[in-house]
Amino acid sequence: MEQAVKIKEEILKGADSPELLGWLDKPPRAEIELKGRISRSLVEEISRIKKEPEWMKRLRLRSLELFYKLPMPKWIAGIEEIDLEALAHYVKPEAGEVAKDWEELPDYMRKYYEKLGLPELEARFLSGLVAVYDSETVYARMKEYLERKGVIVLPLEEAVKKYPDLVKKYFLKVFPPSDHKFAALHGALWSGGTFIYVPPGVKVREPIESFFLIGRQGEGQFEHSLIVADEGAYVHWIEGCSAPRFVGYSFHNGMVEAYAHRNATIKITTIQNWSRNVINFNNKRGIAEEGARIDWVEGSIGSKMTYVYPSTILKGAYSSTRSVVVTLSKGPYLKDSGSKVVHVAPYTRSKIINKSISADGGVNVYRGIVRILRGARNASAHVECDSLILDGKSKAHTFPHNQVDEPTAYVSHEAKTGRLSEQQLFYLTSRGLTDDEAKSLIVLGFLDEIMGELPVEYANVLHKVIQLEFSELGAVG
Amino acid sequence: MGEGLEVIDLHVNVHGKKVLRGVSLNVDYGTIHAIMGPNGSGKSTLAYTIMGREGYEVEKGDIRLDGESILDLPTEERALKGLFMALQDPPQVPGVRISTLMIAALNKRAGSNDLTRIRDPKIVRRLYQLAEELGLTREILQREVNVGFSGGEKKRSELLQALVLDPKIVILDEPDSGLDVDGVKKVSEFLTDLKARGKGILLITHYARMFKYVKPDIVTVLIDGRIAVQGGPEIADLVEEKGYAYIRKAYLRSTGSTI
Repeated sequence: MEQAVKIKEEILKGADSPELLGWLDKPPRAEIELKGRISRSLVEEISRIKKEPEWMKRLRLRSLELFYKLPMPKWIAGIEEIDLEALAHYVKPEAGEVAKDWEELPDYMRKYYEKLGLPELEARFLSGLVAVYDSETVYARMKEYLERKGVIVLPLEEAVKKYPDLVKKYFLKVFPPSDHKFAALHGALWSGGTFIYVPPGVKVREPIESFFLIGRQGEGQFEHSLIVADEGAYVHWIEGCSAPRFVGYSFHNGMVEAYAHRNATIKITTIQNWSRNVINFNNKRGIAEEGARIDWVEGSIGSKMTYVYPSTILKGAYSSTRSVVVTLSKGPYLKDSGSKVVHVAPYTRSKIINKSISADGGVNVYRGIVRILRGARNASAHVECDSLILDGKSKAHTFPHNQVDEPTAYVSHEAKTGRLSEQQLFYLTSRGLTDDEAKSLIVLGFLDEIMGELPVEYANVLHKVIQLEFSELGAVG
Repeated sequence: MGEGLEVIDLHVNVHGKKVLRGVSLNVDYGTIHAIMGPNGSGKSTLAYTIMGREGYEVEKGDIRLDGESILDLPTEERALKGLFMALQDPPQVPGVRISTLMIAALNKRAGSNDLTRIRDPKIVRRLYQLAEELGLTREILQREVNVGFSGGEKKRSELLQALVLDPKIVILDEPDSGLDVDGVKKVSEFLTDLKARGKGILLITHYARMFKYVKPDIVTVLIDGRIAVQGGPEIADLVEEKGYAYIRKAYLRSTGSTI
């Protein structure tokens, strides 16, 4: 993980990443790159390249129809910057079959993953790892004992072919493409991603990680992750994101669907550290059946703009969710986030914690929703929104929305905004810390309780990344 | 020459208002220099200006540490050169523990760029030991800086930080305010100890009551941003006996100015 921090440092230093990665002489070539108008023939071409079954192609085309019909969401600020027609919608890296061994990857790719410390992390800490490069999965492996227990960890494309009935049951059912225009676009263009299935009663002790990398500018990445925990199962899935620094922007429009059957637990942790020219759009939703639990922890540090709203539908009685979202906007960047929970059944419980940090002109927007449907007797929801604003140029906006149609339900909401005062800053600098160092201590303190929720390796990385953001290297402009 | 802290003909504006009008004084190592004066005479301004706080604008004069001007240095560099200020009413810093702040400040002094890593477990032991010496519980180190602290805890936590960071010059802004007799004694012992260890001490105080337990080497009385009188510990007795109003009148008479 030390390497990951190092990469971050070099990127912040403004090192030209292609050079950093040794790509200068020989930039990696794409085997296939599809660009241009988002049309039926484009979608059919993607489906053909993937040799998909007919049902998947039809799903894509239906999503495309919805994409045409649905209006541009009004609640998204800054989305007009994206010129969808100018993006490469599908980029297949030159990598051959999905590797099960790092040695099988092309040199440049393996070296980059080594720089990020992934092979080491996998060996020490993970039950399984899936690496998606541009639009395709390039590496997937899980520990053998899990295979014996019937756990499935596969690139989604492979799962579509091997386990069509299982995939069909959940795919685009948890998050229908009809929800909004970008969900529909995702349904039409999705490529790459992870399928995880944990059979009844199986508890996967160590986390499984998927790592997404955007390897070029002007690219759209539309990866899809589908996590299913059968009755009484347990799985912790970690999502890591990175992109070297490019001149032009890239667009990420991924989707995560999670389904927790009776008494199952799914934990999802995301550390988003895209470089500062990625526009990051996420579609994340889980459904929890009776007694099940879905937990989200989202640490959103990088990107130019991020839109992320982990959502859970508490469908079965006694199901619960806890959603922790931390966003840092340092510099002229935007994070638009907020957890959403729908309480459908009685005795369902939810807790939402949102912490945002705004610095150097950064903007954070919280847009959470708690809905308690009639009949969700004795449901309870608690929302906590904490904003930390480190200077006069930065902003935080909070738009919580609660809709409670059940008289026996209980909803509480706390919101706090802290502003760093000149006196506090003077005090800390009088102990020998620079303004930025003082701020990084305050930020780390603000995030202290959240760090405890992360596996220690990831908490360490986040810790260092935040210190780097607030070092001279992270200076903006 | 050039040892310790020198303040030379210092004129300071705070938010456009003239507060100090030509203050000169020295703080030598191994001595206590007490600054007395009524409210609004510029005592705290002097301290903040020495530390380089934003908004305290030096119009004229110089501040030197060991012969070198520190006027152009930002606050943190003055701190790293060996200045420390114990604030009269230090602010709360939610989320940051005393131990975290001290480890960061020590790491900085050791030239490390990772502020949060504990490089040596001995540091933690030393923090505990110093806290106990000051009559604080160990638990205070794990508390957020000044959050929910009593008046006495705030004062002692400031002293604790001074001990941990081991500066050359310690500036204390009314360390005795709000303390009971035992508290005042404790602070006095602390100052005696610092002095014995060769630190230069600039002690700002409104009352002379501390001087029962610790004798200052020099006493300077500030009135309206100027030095009204400067001398030995006897000046403190004069203040105690006659009050600031008397000194003010005597001073004005001696300069021939009128109000």
